[in-house]
Amino acid sequence: MPEIRVTPLGAGQDVGRSCILVSIAGKNVMLDCGMHMGFNDDRRFPDFSYITQNGRLTDFLDCVIISHFHLDHCGALPYFSEMVGYDGPIYMTHPTQAICPILLEDYRKIAVDKKGEANFFTSQMIKDCMKKVVAVHLHQTVQVDDELEIKAYYAGHVLGAAMFQIKVGSESVVYTGDYNMTPDRHLGAAWIDKCRPNLLITESTYATTIRDSKRCRERDFLKKVHETVEHGGKVLIPVFALGRAQELCILLETFWERMNLKVPIYFSTGLTEKANHYYKLFIPWTNQKIRKTFVQRNMFEFKHIKAFDRAFADNPGPMVVFATPGMLHAGQSLQIFRKWAGNEKNMVIMPGYCVQGTVGHKILSGQRKLEMEGRQVLEVKMQVEYMSFSAHADAKGIMQLVGQAEPENVLLVHGEAKKMEFLKQKIEQELRVSCYMPANGETVTLPTSLSIPVGISLGLLKREMAQGLLPEAKKPRLLHGTLIMKDSNFRLVSSEQALKELGLAEHQLRFTCRVHLHDTRKEQETALRVYSHLKSILKEHCVQHLPDGSVTVESILIQAAAPSEDPGTKVLLVSWTYQVRGGPRPTELSSDVTTPPCPTLPTSLPLP
Amino acid sequence: YCLSGHPTLPCNVLKFKSTTIMLDCGLDMTSTLNFLPLPLVQSPRLSNLPGWSLKDGNAFLDKELKECSGHVFVDSVPEFCLPETELIDLSTVDVILISNYHCMMALPYITEHTGFTGTVYATEPTVQIGRLLMEELVNFIERVPKAQSASLWKNKDIQRLLPSPLKDAVEVSTWRRCYTMQEVNSALSKIQLVGYSQKIELFGAVQVTPLSSGYALGSSNWIIQSHYEKVSYVSGSSLLTTHPQPMDQASLKNSDVLVLTGLTQIPTANPDGMVGEFCSNLALTVRNGGNVLVPCYPSGVIYDLLECLYQYIDSAGLSSVPLYFISPVANSSLEFSQIFAEWLCHNKQSKVYLPEPPFPHAELIQTNKLKHYPSIHGDFSNDFRQPCVVFTGHPSLRFGDVVHFMELWGKSSLNTVIFTEPDFSYLEALAPYQPLAMKCIYCPIDTRLNFIQVSKLLKEVQPLHVVCPEQYTQPPPAQSHRMDLMIDCQPPAMSYRRAEVLALPFKRRYEKIEIMPELADSLVPMEIKPGISLATVSAVLHTKDNKHLGPSPQPETLPPTSGKKRKRVSDDVPDCKVLKPLLSGSIPVEQFVQTLEKHGFSDIKVEDTAKGHIVLLQEAETLIQIEEDSTHIICDNDEMLRVRLRDLVLKFLQKF
Repeated sequence: MPEIRVTPLGAGQDVGRSCILVSIAGKNVMLDCGMHMGFNDDRRFPDFSYITQNGRLTDFLDCVIISHFHLDHCGALPYFSEMVGYDGPIYMTHPTQAICPILLEDYRKIAVDKKGEANFFTSQMIKDCMKKVVAVHLHQTVQVDDELEIKAYYAGHVLGAAMFQIKVGSESVVYTGDYNMTPDRHLGAAWIDKCRPNLLITESTYATTIRDSKRCRERDFLKKVHETVEHGGKVLIPVFALGRAQELCILLETFWERMNLKVPIYFSTGLTEKANHYYKLFIPWTNQKIRKTFVQRNMFEFKHIKAFDRAFADNPGPMVVFATPGMLHAGQSLQIFRKWAGNEKNMVIMPGYCVQGTVGHKILSGQRKLEMEGRQVLEVKMQVEYMSFSAHADAKGIMQLVGQAEPENVLLVHGEAKKMEFLKQKIEQELRVSCYMPANGETVTLPTSLSIPVGISLGLLKREMAQGLLPEAKKPRLLHGTLIMKDSNFRLVSSEQALKELGLAEHQLRFTCRVHLHDTRKEQETALRVYSHLKSILKEHCVQHLPDGSVTVESILIQAAAPSEDPGTKVLLVSWTYQVRGGPRPTELSSDVTTPPCPTLPTSLPLP
Repeated sequence: YCLSGHPTLPCNVLKFKSTTIMLDCGLDMTSTLNFLPLPLVQSPRLSNLPGWSLKDGNAFLDKELKECSGHVFVDSVPEFCLPETELIDLSTVDVILISNYHCMMALPYITEHTGFTGTVYATEPTVQIGRLLMEELVNFIERVPKAQSASLWKNKDIQRLLPSPLKDAVEVSTWRRCYTMQEVNSALSKIQLVGYSQKIELFGAVQVTPLSSGYALGSSNWIIQSHYEKVSYVSGSSLLTTHPQPMDQASLKNSDVLVLTGLTQIPTANPDGMVGEFCSNLALTVRNGGNVLVPCYPSGVIYDLLECLYQYIDSAGLSSVPLYFISPVANSSLEFSQIFAEWLCHNKQSKVYLPEPPFPHAELIQTNKLKHYPSIHGDFSNDFRQPCVVFTGHPSLRFGDVVHFMELWGKSSLNTVIFTEPDFSYLEALAPYQPLAMKCIYCPIDTRLNFIQVSKLLKEVQPLHVVCPEQYTQPPPAQSHRMDLMIDCQPPAMSYRRAEVLALPFKRRYEKIEIMPELADSLVPMEIKPGISLATVSAVLHTKDNKHLGPSPQPETLPPTSGKKRKRVSDDVPDCKVLKPLLSGSIPVEQFVQTLEKHGFSDIKVEDTAKGHIVLLQEAETLIQIEEDSTHIICDNDEMLRVRLRDLVLKFLQKF
């Protein structure tokens, strides 16, 4: 029985280092190749030794697909391809291909230059890795090899985020990556057609949350920022350079313009300028509104937002700073956080999800005394706010997507176990779709039923179509034919054609039965009497009297003959060919094809 | 079905597997050459042209027809020659496939007033730039309202009397005025965006796929295929590397039919050489203090020209010469060109990854070397400095800002007009401006396939049949000795012309169905010859979405599984009609007799006949005639015996 096997190497009942292995019809595909933000040791990368202990990865994987540029989805890519060794194709969308190397380089810098880690991938490795990338268009069907094809759908989450459909023959899997079902200020909503995959692998970051309307959250956010700066406080918004940052920038930018505020807004790191530039060049990936207006005004050219300099952090007076990274686990955002944490006027707004183990996660869970490096204890007096601006689908969105794609099975990844459990039940109850949530390293095996495509000769098809007297196209009909299997070529043709093609002759099998009648009349008259009798009792069948004196009942031929020795009896020769009722199951030719000879005529002639 | 006579602006309809597909809807704009230009500013010269009168002095047409240097023009709103609308009921068209933005200009005519209810498929750049072209066209014509709409001359009897080329113009009665912006928007709203290599299912019957054609941003060739047949539609393709993504040739292989349209219109000119000529003529004129006018479309070749100039003007020491790009959509066109990174060639794509704008005209704009204006009114008049280079439309010289520059600069021999667009004959375009003092240079740049490339392409992709407009099957009339300027392939290309219907030479013989696993399990294949196995299939055929999903096993044995089919089966089990199985093989007599004996028949007599044998079972008064292809059992009315005999006979035969 064919089957689909799925093994998460990362993101199984967890968020971070997304990496899922899928085996489908003999093809092995790796979905995403991410790192884990919460760890700094070996656990940050997926355990690729699971795939193979000593062989080359290239021999075991047909392709790698990266859903979007977030590091928890692509962070381990150079390690995987260059240090572990993989030379096969890596698929991602154009924006992902453009932005991914920059984030990787940034990540590398923090790890190597700041933390002084050795044995990390190098810039050259990132470049080499990116050379293996094949960019895909949305909805483009990419033929990885003769059988395996992949297709990208818009996912919304960040610029260039995509969902991927992986298809081999009639089996298919859809991997969502991260997605968002509600359009936001700069991106559209995820969309997929009713592709009915065997399996849908979906993220479940917000498996239990149903978020209130976007507008409310935005208003809340603006109010909090506004109040804080009014009171002279500083607002820190830790973000990742690309994605949420742009949305919040657009939000603040329009708000500042409307309210005519003069408080400075800064955006840290040199990345931003570049990042915004990417958004400008990849306008087709953004939402309708931006696409329509970009000619007049490119939304990503900000007026109020300026680049941040480290010295600004100590400036007096209110300000708003966007700083990277988003989970306060390293870099500039953490530096600024440490500087500002002691002042209760200040505020930090966490706009996204924080992985366990990061400072962001700690302060969100209410911890107010943080142990920093070097045993310092940092007391957090500033206000801590959490606002979910992450562009992940919430429970409603996930259900909606499952409904859209109509999969046979659902598999949850990229979420916390407890929340997954809840969503799993919900999916199974409400949508009646079986649902799985494997942990890392655990394999889910799904049997699939495989139909075999065959070519049917048009002649046969049309004949069968015509057989149904009513031109009712949707009615199922009985089809009888012969399947010719030659090498791997399957064709269904009518039996006659099959014989002809193979040069086989048809073998006629006829039966003839002698029935003795006592009848002194002439043969023709006997036949005529047989005919009229049959005609009267077999109203449903076609009874014919042929010119040569014989009678036919459908395909049965009846002839009357007079044996020379006894003119008083006539012999009825009833002759028919071998027939079967309805298909291959031979029906007993009923014993009374001709009933025992009665003095006058056979009483009945049941037909086969 | 061919609805357009213009080989470069095709409009064909393909009927395939009960699906009606329109391939492109190009608008033949050469008809506008018969009209007088629409000046932006009152032109005393144009308005004072003498009226034209018939030879007998009858001047009733002098309001409509004007004469200028021996040519007669219609003084009216320009009209376009539409694709044929009578040949086929356009409301039955299911889909329209657009290959590039030049080939969609007739779209509003087709979708808006014919009862068309289908879908249009095109790539995103095609739609966006197509919209710009249409917008420009509408704008050019609407901003110069002309009260007069001439129709008298169209009368067949009168048209006969007119001088050439008006006399020979085809289908003048169907010529239509330009559409409105509203119609454009409505037409464009029917378009569904597609990406290269996207497989689009049409009613489950056929699959269409756009492929990169390398000619323009987002330009595509289309593959229309079912499981067993493949039609390729090649329209406006280019093998040259300019800015768009290179052409995808590999996917065109194994086509049953290849429809070939949109070849180069100037087969003798080499685009690279023309660009060089363009640059040198431009430099020459500007150095002498003259102005250069380049009539062009707002998108396409202009990007390449600007890129060339970007490199050229510095080396030629002309960096101070202003470049003006005047079009209602100039800004949009330049902006749009920068955001379609995914549709560009590899070089340009990698620029975006840096990130930098893919086209250097961004830098030209930043450094103020290139300026763009919506029209000559407004800011332009303040900034205008001479000598300069002006890019503006429309290439037909009949409307748009170019008309103004022709009037303005035409009298000075210092100035030059350089024609780069190949769609219009430059002599005809210039006719209403004669006499003209300015220099005219003709360097048409047409990157579409030329005939040498076509034969290379055909060799490569090996289609079974080639179909093309009749113009391509003979050398161009002006150069009738150039036998190389035609399509040469085996078997000879099938040609079509306007308003002609062509039956494509292939027969559909097979259709795809799927056998459900339960049925597959129940099949018993027999190996007849080495490598060939046969199995009898008797099953229920389900038809859904034009996909033959069945067959699934016999109704009796069908388990009520598999969601999709469940409903149908329980509804109605089809009638079991009597089926006649076929038998094959022959019966070896000796073995047969042995078998009979084994089964208790004694007293068997075998007689040889001419064709075979007769086996007599004397005890049972039964006669069995065995020939190579038939067996005949003759016996008395003893059913038991018959069944026994039948089963024995069947053992030796194969059943289908």
